[in-house]
Amino acid sequence: MPGDGGAVAAPAAAVLREARVTSLERAWRRAARRPPALAGAAVVVLYLLLALGAPWIAPADPLRTDWGQIRKAPSAAHPFGTDDLGRDILSRVIYGTRISMQAGVFSILLAMAIGVPAGLGAGFYRGAFDQMIMRLTDAWLSFPFLILAIGLVTILGPSLTNATVAIGVGATPTYIRLTRGLVLSTREEDFVQAARALGAGDLRVMGRHILPNIASALLVQATVSIPGAIIAEAILSFLGLGVQPPNPSWGTMLNAAQQFLETAPWMAWWPGLAIFSLALSFNLAGDGLRDWLDPKDY
Amino acid sequence: MLEYLIQRLAISAVTLAVISLIVFTGVRMIPGDPARVMAGTEADEAGLAEIREKYGLDDPIPVQYFRWVGLAIRGDLGESIRTRETVTQTVAKKLPITLELACLSILVALTIAIPVGVLSAVRRNTLWDYLANGLSLFGLSVPNFWLGIMLILFFSVRLGWLPASGFVSFFEDPVANITRMIMPAFVLGTALAAVLMRQTRNSMIEVLSADYIRTAYSKGLAGRAVLFRHAIRNGLIPVVTILGLQMGALMGGAVVTEQIFVVPGFGRLIVESVFTRDYPLVQGVVLITASAYVLINLLVDVSYSLLNPRIRIKGAASAR
Repeated sequence: MPGDGGAVAAPAAAVLREARVTSLERAWRRAARRPPALAGAAVVVLYLLLALGAPWIAPADPLRTDWGQIRKAPSAAHPFGTDDLGRDILSRVIYGTRISMQAGVFSILLAMAIGVPAGLGAGFYRGAFDQMIMRLTDAWLSFPFLILAIGLVTILGPSLTNATVAIGVGATPTYIRLTRGLVLSTREEDFVQAARALGAGDLRVMGRHILPNIASALLVQATVSIPGAIIAEAILSFLGLGVQPPNPSWGTMLNAAQQFLETAPWMAWWPGLAIFSLALSFNLAGDGLRDWLDPKDY
Repeated sequence: MLEYLIQRLAISAVTLAVISLIVFTGVRMIPGDPARVMAGTEADEAGLAEIREKYGLDDPIPVQYFRWVGLAIRGDLGESIRTRETVTQTVAKKLPITLELACLSILVALTIAIPVGVLSAVRRNTLWDYLANGLSLFGLSVPNFWLGIMLILFFSVRLGWLPASGFVSFFEDPVANITRMIMPAFVLGTALAAVLMRQTRNSMIEVLSADYIRTAYSKGLAGRAVLFRHAIRNGLIPVVTILGLQMGALMGGAVVTEQIFVVPGFGRLIVESVFTRDYPLVQGVVLITASAYVLINLLVDVSYSLLNPRIRIKGAASAR
């Protein structure tokens, strides 16, 4: 039968390859139906490239002051103008991308690293553990996100890392609640019951059967909470509780700009536009991702 | 119903207890010696010891906690280190300003969100719907402190129509009060409007496809009557809940908005107390904020269950 096996295997592989191509194609076609989401994703990628390649892309050193170029309006030499210390605003905005991306992405990763296991355990085991986690979550959620972050930064001291931690801890209860809710409905599904009947242990059921099924909802939540985290970092830095000058955070730049609204309004335009466009792109991409991952939408 | 109420109250009480623990430990984790802050830089060791003695800072931590909670329940949150005023008095002075701001911004948010949300649900997948969706995305993505700066730039610096900052009591001069509050209220209201608009649209779409709406149409009611008498009434119930849940975000937003427009309210008080390391004030203000949030949501939940019996039963089941 070895010959037979080969003859069967070849068309099977071809069918498989074809199936993969068509599913990729179909995925692309479904994505192409949403130009705003694609545009959002493209801008997010663009900002990511700016963050990674800042030293090569930025036309000037973001920290170099030039007393001869103080608060100059946008010109060919400085397309975004210069700030109160004569620094090139374009370069500072480009370097600021690093800080915003870092704070936005890492804080949400932190929130997921704590929130998903906690929610998974609470939803899976129920009982006293669940009660304890949920009461803690309720209490945690009663502090307005920003006030919690301000409080935490006060305890930890102002810096980018601490602001990121504060934002992440502030966002954690959302992930606990979301994960728990998703687990509660998934654990009753037939395939989970079947896995248990086959003797799968708790960890295997959670890791192999429940988690993959709730991953897409968590991914969508992450995409839509990153813009919130980016804005939160900007706010903390704006209040003087995040990135410290002279480092170019969009928030600290806006803080400085506030004193020169009458003489140098461009100082306030660009960092704000950067936050706005990045947050908008993440929101567009997240909305698109939600529809795209929705199995009902074929 | 009674069982649900008791359950809901018990949960709120536990939440409040956990909140007080978090606030208490949090404030004690702030680096720096509170006695040193209270005494000022010139105090000697004897002076510090005296202050520690007076405020019981040498007592075991659990003793300090229960003393603080006991006083807090009776409305005594201590006094501000900086101004020597009691925390309750300070809050009572600042809170009305922020409440005015909050009410105005809720008004702004509802005026935008409900008509636009209803319109985009009724004219689903038309140009109106897309425009409304764009508007809500704008509201969700624009950082409100930047929007504030831009409004100041345009209406105060460029056009000179509105004062850029400051506060005048409504009872002193209503016109001056409103001209100073209109920009902060708009800034604070936009983010809220975006959230409410999405909720209004979603719940209106759900309601409009309900059987009783079809019944209302088929018995010959005019579209307008169906919309106003049947659909909107039911469609807005979830919006009320979301509004309650958004109170926290509104408080957080007030912190930044008051900072930008120099409004001497509760939000600015929080930032000031943090920067001046005024521990009793930080402790009191954060405790009040969190407790207020718990109470508002308790009220929302209870009123919601009164309005809608189905939720009452479902809520009791899931709380168990």
